[in-house]
Amino acid sequence: MKKPKFNEINKGVRKVDGLGLAVGQSRFTDDYEMPGMLHAKLLRSPYAHARIKAIRTGKARALPGVVAVFTYKDVDRIPITTAGQGYPEPSPYDEFILDNKVRFVGDKVALVAAETVEIAEEALKLIEVDYEVLPAVLDPRKAMQANAPIIHDEKDCYIDIPVPYEPEKNRVARVDASVGDVKEGVKQAAMTVEDEFENQTASHSALEPHCALSWLDDNGRLVIISTTQVPFHARRIVSRALKIPVRRIRIIKPRLGGGFGGKQEILLEPYVGLITLRTGRPVKMRLTRREVFISARVRHNMITKVQVAAKKDGELTAIDLYALSNTGPYGTHGLTVASNVGTRTLPMFKCPNLHFSSDVVYTNLSVSGAYRGYGGTQGILATAIAMDDLAERLGMDPMDFYLKNVIRGGTEVPILKELGEGPVIGQPHIGSCELAACIKAGAEAIGWKKKRGRPGGGRFRRGMGMSIMMQGSSIPYIDMASAFIKINDDGSFNLLMGATEIGQGSDTVLAQIAAEVLTVATDKIIVYSSDTDLTPFDVGAYASSTTYLSGMAVKDAAEKVKRQILEVGAHLLQAPMARVHLSKGRVIGPDKKSVTLQQIGTHALYEEDQFQISASASRISHESPPPFAAHFVEVEVDRATGKVRILEYVQAVDCGTLINPVLARGQALGALINGISYALVERYIYSSRGECLNPNYGYYNIFCTRDIPKITTIFVPSYEPTGPFGAKSVGEICISGPLPAISNAIYDAVDVRLHRTPFTPDKVLEAVQARERG
Amino acid sequence: MKKITLKITINGRKHTLRIDPNLRLLDLLRDELRLTGTKEGCGIGECGACTVILDGRAVNACLILAGQCNGREVVTIEGLTGKDDLHPLQQAFIDHGAVQCGFCTPGMIMSAAALLDQNPTPTEEDIREAISGNLCRCTGYTQIVEAIQAVADDN
Repeated sequence: MKKPKFNEINKGVRKVDGLGLAVGQSRFTDDYEMPGMLHAKLLRSPYAHARIKAIRTGKARALPGVVAVFTYKDVDRIPITTAGQGYPEPSPYDEFILDNKVRFVGDKVALVAAETVEIAEEALKLIEVDYEVLPAVLDPRKAMQANAPIIHDEKDCYIDIPVPYEPEKNRVARVDASVGDVKEGVKQAAMTVEDEFENQTASHSALEPHCALSWLDDNGRLVIISTTQVPFHARRIVSRALKIPVRRIRIIKPRLGGGFGGKQEILLEPYVGLITLRTGRPVKMRLTRREVFISARVRHNMITKVQVAAKKDGELTAIDLYALSNTGPYGTHGLTVASNVGTRTLPMFKCPNLHFSSDVVYTNLSVSGAYRGYGGTQGILATAIAMDDLAERLGMDPMDFYLKNVIRGGTEVPILKELGEGPVIGQPHIGSCELAACIKAGAEAIGWKKKRGRPGGGRFRRGMGMSIMMQGSSIPYIDMASAFIKINDDGSFNLLMGATEIGQGSDTVLAQIAAEVLTVATDKIIVYSSDTDLTPFDVGAYASSTTYLSGMAVKDAAEKVKRQILEVGAHLLQAPMARVHLSKGRVIGPDKKSVTLQQIGTHALYEEDQFQISASASRISHESPPPFAAHFVEVEVDRATGKVRILEYVQAVDCGTLINPVLARGQALGALINGISYALVERYIYSSRGECLNPNYGYYNIFCTRDIPKITTIFVPSYEPTGPFGAKSVGEICISGPLPAISNAIYDAVDVRLHRTPFTPDKVLEAVQARERG
Repeated sequence: MKKITLKITINGRKHTLRIDPNLRLLDLLRDELRLTGTKEGCGIGECGACTVILDGRAVNACLILAGQCNGREVVTIEGLTGKDDLHPLQQAFIDHGAVQCGFCTPGMIMSAAALLDQNPTPTEEDIREAISGNLCRCTGYTQIVEAIQAVADDN
């Protein structure tokens, strides 16, 4: 394998924004305030499905300190999607900033702006609403039944791309893709396993709640600081929602307190924008934690059905995967998360017969959206448990089963042509792939062969489980990133880019890429990112695109700047261009004479034929090289209580070159713990009326330090030729492994397969007792 | 609402303030004094993002009324930083990759600082217990425990 020498790459450079964060000086959205700032609050629906028959706001408007109250009667009726995706969106325009209908408990009814938060909250209580309560769809399995209530019976919802959209059936999207012939594959098989699974709804639980602050600048333009993962998409969606041109809007993303997909949604920006435009005053809107739980987005709950078939020797002959996806009352990311159930699962296998299909349905439960893992989590849950089962029935160790069936690098993947989000040009293929090496390294580290299949006796049983997974790196032919770099007279550089730092470390990783090309230390790169007035375009932080795609844009811009530096350096050294090179911040000539970047910067800006050494570059991706991972877990199951304890977890990851090993490990660990927490404890509890009953950390439950098991993270050597310095993505992948790995480990321990997540003690105990009863 | 008088020492500085009796310590810090390093993640004492040190103990500033702090001493993340130097915990968090989005970081560091003040050489178990009330969704906690352990090892 190619092992290039780097200076700033593959180094645990300290986070460029770390100092300000560690001393509490860095400002997040809620840390900004403007003189004369109003506070906004939304009145939310107590019903899962209802029509607003009458709404009276007189008393609220009369309350001293209330500045404005808006209902659907006060705003233009413009169908939008909050999805925060590229344009045209693959999500339906099925939402209105305010509507005469509500579609989930927590849906917006009216908007209040007041001098204080307390007055705004008081005003909400004074708004009188007469609802016509409608029957609700609270089970995705019943959404498409003939007598089901229609959630979007309005005539003006539509989707802007040519795909099936059938709101009259509560169906948001359909996916159907295949290669080969699954029926034929099943015929050839010696063993077939069919099974059904269901994963639960989940909250991203970023520690910072959603917040936005808007005001008018000196020229009457609307400025919004917000907790967004997608500033440029936010600008476009605000423009549409409020019918004002893009040129009148500036979106600024300050420090952001975690996103995980939950801040890809444009939830607050149109509301603060509306108030500021109508009143002329600055306004802040901040969700409470309760509001985040009930009204921000969640992971898609899905019912997945899978059929896997293999010959006697374990060779896979067919995989048929189906997902019924519950997208909630608005279809944001409905189609794309569903198609990713297939995209992030099927390409891993050398199997000639593949079929994936999906129905995405509306319900009156929580609104689903983008969530780290993005369909891969749901697809791997089903396939990795079914394959564990299949391997066992064939008398094979699942590890050997996988080694026999997983792809190696340089494989064509025809199913991606059927499932791709954008146009696919040529035959899709996977370049770098060290999945087999991940499986071997992980198994070795946990002692798989020695420990598996030895549960022991008595109350506490031990078990081992594994899973494999993949993600992508950007959306090919759709995502675009750009960057701009200029030199300063002290030889430092400004790096301006649309790429969106949300805590994952993109400001640092991208500065390292620029520093590597320009042969300076990373602290010579001054990063400014994500301001729609000042930085060039980037789609934002999603689809695991930033390191890979924004990284290539930064690298290209740096290469262009480097060329200009060499030209000035050659002139100063009176040497031909071909005879000079850049090294350690100096341009060096043929006679070893050199000039520093400071001399070059100063010369270009002040001395002779002055010009700004600078360049911008844009990149789209032509492919989406997947990172791969193998997860191994050892659990202990208490047969008396059903409690599952993780004893050890090993993850082996192929994400190409590690631009920053410390940050890459942080991504892998953070995703893994989120995944384990999701597998064991996190869940939404709904009442029979569709109301979330546990909208707080205490009862929703996410892992804290006491819950963290022993974890080993291994990065296997890998190099992706199309990525910047060999890198591909690492942000999402590791969240998807724990669900099936833990389920498989529970099976190894107590001989029961769990199909519904999370694996809480009640479910485990019930399964253990059912098995004992026979 | 009738205002009350509050005498409070914050980061070594004495303040005498007229405040609403229902003002939370968190609001006093963030809104009145603009010490915005202390964050609000849940408002009901479950996430620890607003942790400050009150008379030597780590507390959630969202659960304490400012009026309860009369005559008492509060240290926030802004007060932990020396004139020229970072607090060892701040440096260790940066060095160990314990800061990702940084929203939980101030509260996490304050909990750790209170621990090390009381017990300069804690075990890993002590560390995990001391910061178990501080939620973090980015790091997976491991790097945070490593950072605190590194400072403890230097003690």
